[in-house]
Formats: sequence, C-alpha cells, structure tokens
Amino acid sequence: MNLLHKTLTLLCVTAVASASVNADDAATPSRSLAPYFTPAAPGPKRPDKDGFVQRWLLLEPINKPNRSNAGFVDTYVRKELPREYFPGQFTVIPRDGDRVTAEGEELVWHAVDATDFNVKLFRFASGLGKRVYGVLFLAVTVIDCPQEIQNVRLAVGSNSASMWWVNDQEAVGLFGDRRMVMDDCVSKRLTLRKGRNVIRGAVINGPGMSDFCVRFIDESGHPVTAFTTTLEPSTR
Amino acid sequence: MKSSVLGILVSSVLALASSSSALALDGDTYIHDPSTVTWCDGNYYAFGTRGGGLISSDGWTWRNGAVRPGGGAAPDVLKIGDRYLVVYGATGGGLGGQHSGQILTMWNKTLDPASPDFKFTEPVVVASSDGTEDCDAIDPSLLLDPTDGRLWLTYGTYFGFIRLAELDPKTGRRIEGNTAVNIAIDCEATYLMYRDGWYYLLGTHGTCCSGPNSTYNIRVGRSRTINGPYYDNMGMDMLRGGGKLVVAASGRFIGPGHFGLLDLGDSVQKFSCHYEADLDHGGHSVLDIRPLLWKDWWPVAGDNFKEGTFVIQSERSGYALELAVDTVPMPQIRHRLAGGPSGPPGPNTSSAPLPPVAPEAPTGPVALQEVATVAKDWPAGNIKVRLGDYIIRPHQKWTITPVVGHGGYPGSPFFKITIAGTDRALAATADAELVTVPAFTGAPEQLWRIDQLTDGTYRIMPKAVPNTKGEFALSAVGASTISLVKFDPLGDQARWTLRSP
Repeated sequence: MNLLHKTLTLLCVTAVASASVNADDAATPSRSLAPYFTPAAPGPKRPDKDGFVQRWLLLEPINKPNRSNAGFVDTYVRKELPREYFPGQFTVIPRDGDRVTAEGEELVWHAVDATDFNVKLFRFASGLGKRVYGVLFLAVTVIDCPQEIQNVRLAVGSNSASMWWVNDQEAVGLFGDRRMVMDDCVSKRLTLRKGRNVIRGAVINGPGMSDFCVRFIDESGHPVTAFTTTLEPSTR
Repeated sequence: MKSSVLGILVSSVLALASSSSALALDGDTYIHDPSTVTWCDGNYYAFGTRGGGLISSDGWTWRNGAVRPGGGAAPDVLKIGDRYLVVYGATGGGLGGQHSGQILTMWNKTLDPASPDFKFTEPVVVASSDGTEDCDAIDPSLLLDPTDGRLWLTYGTYFGFIRLAELDPKTGRRIEGNTAVNIAIDCEATYLMYRDGWYYLLGTHGTCCSGPNSTYNIRVGRSRTINGPYYDNMGMDMLRGGGKLVVAASGRFIGPGHFGLLDLGDSVQKFSCHYEADLDHGGHSVLDIRPLLWKDWWPVAGDNFKEGTFVIQSERSGYALELAVDTVPMPQIRHRLAGGPSGPPGPNTSSAPLPPVAPEAPTGPVALQEVATVAKDWPAGNIKVRLGDYIIRPHQKWTITPVVGHGGYPGSPFFKITIAGTDRALAATADAELVTVPAFTGAPEQLWRIDQLTDGTYRIMPKAVPNTKGEFALSAVGASTISLVKFDPLGDQARWTLRSP
C-alpha cells in the first residue's frame, strides 16, 4: 500500500505552482550525499564486479512537474527527455561544478561515485537540498576502452522512465511508471570503440523514489568490465 | 456480482466453449490492502486499510463487519496458538507526504466482533522508520516459521528497502536487540511463506492506487534462509529488483496486490489479494481468493474455475467420466487396406483387421455425434456413471456451470455438472456413490465444489452426501470405476483434469 501516489497528487498540485523548492517536496533533514555518493575520485575507476557504472556526472534536478508517473507513456518520454533544456546539452561533456540554466533555474553538475550498484537520484537531490519529486535528472559519463569491444548491450534499470544514448546514438528507452530492475531494458548490440565513449541518460520522475543502474553485458548476459571511467577535472 | 453470474449462466447455454469472464467473489467485497484471509470461529475475515474489513461464512459471499481499531494501512493477521496477532502500519507509505511510519501489533482472542472475548490488546510498536532512512514502515506481514517457531515480520514499500525483523511469538513484541535486515527493493506488500525447504518472499510490484491504470502485480523470490538473499527464477536478487511473476491483471481485473496465503490443507492452497480495479464494479478495489499452484517449486496463480464444457479425465487412469450407456458407433469410413488386392501381400496374414492406410480419395469432415441423436435412447431415470476411453461422444462431455444463490467456498460458488446439452446432472447418492439424475433441482448433493490443487489438477467434491456427514471427493476407486471417498492428497485417485472436449 503506497499512498504516496495519491498523497503526492495533492502535494504536487502545490509544487507545480512554484519553481522554487518548498518544504513539502524536498527532503528536509539531510544535506549530505553520504552515504550514497562520494565525490568522484581522481583517476580512472573500473565498474564494480557486476559491471555497473558507478561514476557519473549528475545535473541537479530540472523542474519537471508531474503528478503521477503514469503519464510517462512513450510519446511523452520521447518528446520530453531528448529535448534540449540548455545549449550544448547533447554535445558538451560537462565538468564537475559546471553551471547551466534549465527551466529558469541555474543548476550545477556534480561528479560523483555511487557507493552502490545503483545511482540513487532521490538521495542525490535530497542530499543537495533540491526538489525530489516532479523532476528530470540528466547523467553523463565517459568510459575509456583499451580496445574496441563489439556486440555489447547497454543494460539499464531506472525509476522512473528514462532514455539513454551511447556516442550520440539512442541506445535504449524505458517507458511508463517503472521500478528499477537490474537489466530491465537492454539495447541492441553495439560497439564500444577504442578510447572514449560517452553515455548520456535522462531519468524522469514524478512522485516516489528515483534511481538507475547501468552496465554493459555481453552476448551471454555477462557483465562487461574491461573499461574505466575518467571524468575531466572539476571547474570548481 | 449476481448479475454477472446470471450473465454467465445465460451465455453458457448458448456456447459450449470454456472461455468466459472470470468470477469474482460475491457480496460486498470492496477492500484495499487486505490482510491474509483468516478463519476464526466459523467465519473468514479480511481486514483492510483504514480499519474494518470483511466477513464471510463460506469464503464466497462477503459482507462488511470486521472490526480493527488503529486505522492505518495494510494490516495482516496470524493465528498463533489460540490467539490472533494483528499487525498494521500507522502513517508511513506517503501518508502525510512523508515516510516516517510505525508498525504495530495487537492481540485478540477472537476476530468475531460479536464475541464476548473480542477485545484487542493495546498496540505496541515493533518497527518504525524516521522519514529519511531507506525504509518506509508500512505494509507489514507475519510468518511463523514452521521449522523453528520463530516469528518474522516483513515491512516496507518502494521508499528504500523491504525489511525483515523478528518478533516474539509469545508477546508479539520485537525481539530485544534484533536488527532489521534488508531483503528487497522496489516492491511493497511483502509476504513470506515456507515450503519444502524454501522461504518465499512475495512482493507487489507496480503502481498502486490508480484504479484501472494501476500496474500492480505480485512477484516472488526464494531463499534457503529466512534472511535471504531472495533470488528469482533468473537468479536476480530481490535487492536488485528481481521477482518472478506470480499473478498480473487478467479478465476484468486489474492490479492484483497484497498476497496472503490461505492453506486449506489436502493440497488445496489459495491466496487472497485485492485487485486495484474490478471493471465489473465501477473499477473499485475488491477482494479475491484464487488457487495457488506450484510449478517447478515456484508459486503461480491459478484461476478460479470457470464454466464451460469439459472432459473430466481421471489422473489415475486417464479415462473420462461418462454415463453408463451404450456407446453409439459412428459411421466408419471405409479405407483401402494395406496388402489389398492392388498391393503386394501384407505381413498380416491372419484374419485380424488390417491397419488402414491412406484413403483412395480425399474425404470431407465427419460430423460429431449430437447429444439429441443419442440421448433419446438413454434411460429416462437415474443413470450411473463410470470411467471409459474418451472418444468424443455426447455421454462423455460435461457442462459445468456456477449456481446462483446456493453459497460457495473460498473463491467460488458451487457448480452443477450436467451432460452437455441436457439438464441431466451429476449427483451424490446416500450411499456415497454417484449417479446422474434426469434434471438438476439444486439439491445439495447436486452441487459441486471444484478446487484447483497445487499441481493444477482438480478436486471435485459434492456440497453434501445425503444423510451422511464428512467430506467426500470424486475418486477413481478402480481404473474405470468412480465413487465418493475421503480425499487422499498423496495419490492421483481423486485428481481430475478438466480439458476441452
């Protein structure tokens, strides 16, 4: 029995009226990313033993009011998630501390290492004192492959809907009111080129928790781990 | 509900096909987040969110009237010894927009609010969440471990982890010093059950509280130890979102959630749940009870029996239930025989019939025998039944139809079993044998309870055997002989497959 959906219907009516954070839709007590994230450490980072990518640049949540996750049908997601919310969104690889303006708010990119296999966006937002419901999260990471890797698939689980791109090509979309299930949706076979490969993701959420998990799997469904992630130095 | 049953009755006259709308429970079945359906002093009880609940004497027809103080959400109830332990969540689950919640337990000697013994003890808090931690204390359920008598509580929802905590089965309080264990994510309304060395953790996935747009569905993982890890059929940990589907939307019902085991014994297991939307009742949330089957050591939902025309086939012998009447031959197609005049000599030189080979010319469809054609030669009175080789004859096809107004059993009304296309009805006799009577009268011995067993076969029992107490089931006491005897869950004698004729 999760009354959240019903209750937040009322809360979000209030929330959508204001672009600023209010007491009802922001988690209040915690103002720390710990224990869910640490600042991205210098140097390359390998995925975890199951192949999950844990190093990401996350943008503070874009205000995207939605009363319910039930509205995340294919058409909505395909219209709203690939939309450019700020110049260079799909071309620039951000750095920690970079600032952009989206939906009338200045937002900051944060380079983080998730401490678990999944990237807990709700905790990211709440830890920064930002709104946690009715939001769109953007995520970017760069993976370095010592050699080309063919026939891998991007495997994603997300709460709620999301879209993902690898090297500027749409790889996989997750539509509807989704729960985060490991390897929930998987891309077609793709090739990770030798050197840098850029992964971009957009995760939208109305009420409730929000998170994602991303990894590459091979033809047998086994995790691909022969790469590292390295982010550019911070601009802070 | 009765109107839909009537509709089924009418449609069944028109069609012999077994497809139909499913039957939901009768009476007042509106409830959300029901507890496990629990038997107490002659009645079944199901408690729901915000207090109150439903009562039924037979598990089919329900009414309001159960009493549970404390409000809150998603209770569960478990009989321990001669008392009932009720657990529920106060606040939590987004109530008030936050995630601080409490799980409370309280005892009662009875669930019958009319009983002088009906008095709940003061509720005590056994688990909680502070609103910011990775758990929301709501949706509790209880398991008394049959292997060691320890009492376990699971609780939680999508906000963080599902947690397992241990309670004292004597007091219903939290075991002192017990630390909750995280066992799943991304589900709610969890429920634990034990079977054959496995602990099964059932959880409800999907969206709640959106009526016909809810995506609620029940999933399961299992573990050899109560603390987990609970893996699904793909080896995915429920801590990573795993869960094998047990039941999803079907028919006119959307969003099953809040599993509760109702073990009736003798290989009959059922489960209670609610549907987020019953499209036959304004899209309201309603209670249901369905068979629970086991396939490769995984639980899967069965369907309550629906009307239709069937072969009633014995699991013992494979023979089909039939009237003890002459089998009327069908016209035999003449075939060119192997080794015939135009062919080489065949190996069979005896006088026995030779096997047929391909016909000399294409032949058209052969019409099935019509019941009207053969029934005119059947005796007018009672006719015995037996088991025989099934060859698609009218005296071997049975129409099974729900009967309105004669009560039922958990999940279903009683049924009548008639020879297809006739009113000739199967009945129990006073000496616990079987017969067909010329016309269905609604007498108790002509009403049948049809329970799907955990292996997917069926147990068929008369509502009553005249002048006799005790429960009897249709049984193949011989390969070709049928009678009524006490059900033996260990053998195939009383297991029946109902298949399309």
